[in-house]
Amino acid sequence: MNRFAALLDRLAYEPRRNAKIRLAAAYLRETPDPDRGYALAAMTGGLSFRNAKAGLIRGLIAERTDPVLFGLSYDYVGDLSETVALMWPAPQAGGTGHNRPPAPTLTEVVETLATASRSDLPGVIAGWLDSLDETGRWALLKLITGNLRIGLSARLAKTALAQIGGMEPNAIEEVWHGLKPPYAELFAWVEGRGARPESVDPAPFRPPMLSHPLEDVADFRAVLDPAAFSAEWKWDGIRVQAVAGFHEGRKTTRLYSRTGEEISGAFPDLIEALDRDQRFVGAVDGELLILRDRRVQSFNVLQQRLNRKTISPKLIQDFPAHIRAYDLLAEGTQDLRTLPFAERRARLEAFAAGLDPERIDVSPIVPFADWDALTAARADPAQAGAGVDAEAVEGVMIKRLDSPYVPGRPKGLWFKWKRDPFVVDAVLMYAQRGHGKRSSFYSDYTFGVWRDGEAGLELVPVGKAYFGFTDEELAQLDRFVRKHTINRFGPVREVTHSADTGLVLEVAFEGLQRSTRHRSGIAMRFPRVSRIRWDKPPREADRIETLEALIREYGTNEGESG
Amino acid sequence: MRPTDILKITPQGLYCAPGDFHIDPVRPVSRALITHGHSDHARSGHEAVLATAETLRIMAVRYGEGFCGSAQAARLGEPIRLGDARVTFRPAGHVLGSAQILIEAGGQRIVASGDYKRARDPTCLPFEPIACDVFITEATFGLPVFRHPDMKGEVRKLLDSLALFPDRTHIVGAYALGKAQRLMALLREAGYDRPIHVHGAMERLTEFYQSEGIPLGDIRKVVAAERGRLGGEIVICPPSAIQDLWARRFPDPVTSFASGWMRVRARARQKGVELPLIVSDHSDWDDLCATIRETGAGEIWVTHGEEDALVHWCRTIGLEARPLHMIGYGDEGEESEAADPGATSAETAP
Ligand SMILES: [Zn+2]
Ligand SMILES: [Zn+2]
Repeated sequence: MNRFAALLDRLAYEPRRNAKIRLAAAYLRETPDPDRGYALAAMTGGLSFRNAKAGLIRGLIAERTDPVLFGLSYDYVGDLSETVALMWPAPQAGGTGHNRPPAPTLTEVVETLATASRSDLPGVIAGWLDSLDETGRWALLKLITGNLRIGLSARLAKTALAQIGGMEPNAIEEVWHGLKPPYAELFAWVEGRGARPESVDPAPFRPPMLSHPLEDVADFRAVLDPAAFSAEWKWDGIRVQAVAGFHEGRKTTRLYSRTGEEISGAFPDLIEALDRDQRFVGAVDGELLILRDRRVQSFNVLQQRLNRKTISPKLIQDFPAHIRAYDLLAEGTQDLRTLPFAERRARLEAFAAGLDPERIDVSPIVPFADWDALTAARADPAQAGAGVDAEAVEGVMIKRLDSPYVPGRPKGLWFKWKRDPFVVDAVLMYAQRGHGKRSSFYSDYTFGVWRDGEAGLELVPVGKAYFGFTDEELAQLDRFVRKHTINRFGPVREVTHSADTGLVLEVAFEGLQRSTRHRSGIAMRFPRVSRIRWDKPPREADRIETLEALIREYGTNEGESG
Repeated sequence: MRPTDILKITPQGLYCAPGDFHIDPVRPVSRALITHGHSDHARSGHEAVLATAETLRIMAVRYGEGFCGSAQAARLGEPIRLGDARVTFRPAGHVLGSAQILIEAGGQRIVASGDYKRARDPTCLPFEPIACDVFITEATFGLPVFRHPDMKGEVRKLLDSLALFPDRTHIVGAYALGKAQRLMALLREAGYDRPIHVHGAMERLTEFYQSEGIPLGDIRKVVAAERGRLGGEIVICPPSAIQDLWARRFPDPVTSFASGWMRVRARARQKGVELPLIVSDHSDWDDLCATIRETGAGEIWVTHGEEDALVHWCRTIGLEARPLHMIGYGDEGEESEAADPGATSAETAP
């Protein structure tokens, strides 16, 4: 447990992606089974056991420390687990034959928590805290209170695992979902000591193919041949992968977010429909939308469903989930990803024709003869075929007809061209208390976009927004800020904002100006939060180049005012 | 005489009326007794200064030979009469030359301990507890969350990181007087025998330590043009330099900081530290409490730091205790050579 804690401690401070992978890989290489397997489960969000309540921890520390000293310490440190970890009194050593008990292994912690009775829990935890060092206590308390935030995404953890066997991360991804902690057979395979794990997942996640902003292509009208591309609407929903397959005669159907997180539980209606339909076997890449009377609802409506913890029948009825498919990655057991887009598209249309259109349909092609025609369609989707759904269109996707499905963001194959150019996905960096009736909320948000810094990718603040959200969203943002504060400067809180942790805000604005007063060199006019992207990892937020390109394209280069 | 008649708080600092002297005064005075060479305790411009020979030499290195009107070296353990008071300097274990000052006057024994630590330090003499009626203590780390770990483990963290990232320069922020040299000595004890590179601001004090007979091995000043070739090496610099452009010219640097503050995550993150090393030249909570008990003092005065918690604790064990709310002392912040004195309080505010 101390070794795992030391890893978490180091990851928490390490900003660089490659260094994180190296740290995790070193741990996975050097730590014996099954400890490393449980660690891998913790890092990929796959560890589940009954959590201990914060109240239990408070009770344990109250029995052992002076309440005034605890209060002053908690005030200073600002985090319960950390305060308790640091203050926990060392057990009385010395005496005759009394030794410190050996620190528990991670395996012991996980397995004990799975079986310990509620009444045994305080004693068990106190015993562990007695035997661990400060970092070990901190990690243990974070783990058992369910607040363990690891400075590493599931994807990076799998990349680290792949690295110790000289494999591609996607090779891990393909077998991953059929396996369970502590993953002994997976480690054996990665280390070349065993066969590829047998229980191949019948419904695996396939890492998605992503696009580049069209604005990044200088003079695209001259460079790109319109005849080589196909266009479709860019829908304002969340990107999902719906996958179904058979194993030993039993069907498994799953829904994944674009980061590979399984979200089936949030959409039982959709899963049930797809699972029941025996023709739905394969993998579909598409947009999750709410349709009412076949009409696409705005993202705000979808958001209302996404935010619910419990999925009631009423919620399902009021917010029916639907997939608008745009790619077919597998049909039956056949992997289609190496086929050209045009061919996959034809397969998709045939595949979807047999399915229930209430649940799944195909995103229509937007025909265009040249870039001017597509520009017109993008400017007025209602007239260009989107009809009443035009409000849910945020632009067009442009895909090379001959493009295979390549995981990641390959160059030159897919482009996104947003309808309203003045929208960026930015990462929340700081929040400040508002004024008047908002004074109890963190309602002023400073956000940033990525740029290449001296020490790698870094966020640079590009503006501040304090409207554009509903009261309900304000409450959610406020909660997020309080839970993810990493720093305080008077009324300002700095919130976590790394590539893997943090919150993406879609920010709309009226224009851009060059500015010498801003660190980014850019000033935004009337920025506002147009949407909270709970679904989007910070690493996928926009880069400063996107804003630079907007300045070039729209020429709002009028200099400083005032 | 009551202790408060013997020692008073003045705008210059603690003043001993029977002996007519100040201890670690923050403004120029006619007679100053200096506990140690950190710049918030040892300032230039006093008329007469009494301190250990090492502290006087440190002051000369920092401020030049004319840092005061006249200097007198105090020998450890030898009482000196000043007016109606008798003073004795004894080791404080904080940095080279650091001392506590025992004041005997009006039938009272009062110890002004300056800054002190109990953890082992190969670069200075260990702290000696002194039996007294009033013990004056700092409380920089006066909260029970501050418990400094074994330094060997912290040095091991640094060496492990070097092994894992053999191409990256490990830049360690450490205060120029004491911490930097202690870290060097600890690295040598751990068997690290490569040259250790230092920022220009540390050179004089490090040479001074070596000239005092403290072996630190091969220490080299960083030459700007050669920074790109120091991948895989340890570079020690003032804390203020770790986030400077200066530090970014090294190959893919790992930013480290050796300080007791690194115990608290938010503090480490605030400084952008990637490899926090908990190495402190102050007492941690357990050592503050143990030392207070050892002195046998019935009355405890707390000069600066987290006074509230320590005062509360003293009272719970039946000692009289009061916070002095002294201004102008906030250790560790002062040690970045270039920093303006005004930055001191901001550095140590919670
Ligand atoms: Zn000091
Ligand atoms: Zn000090």
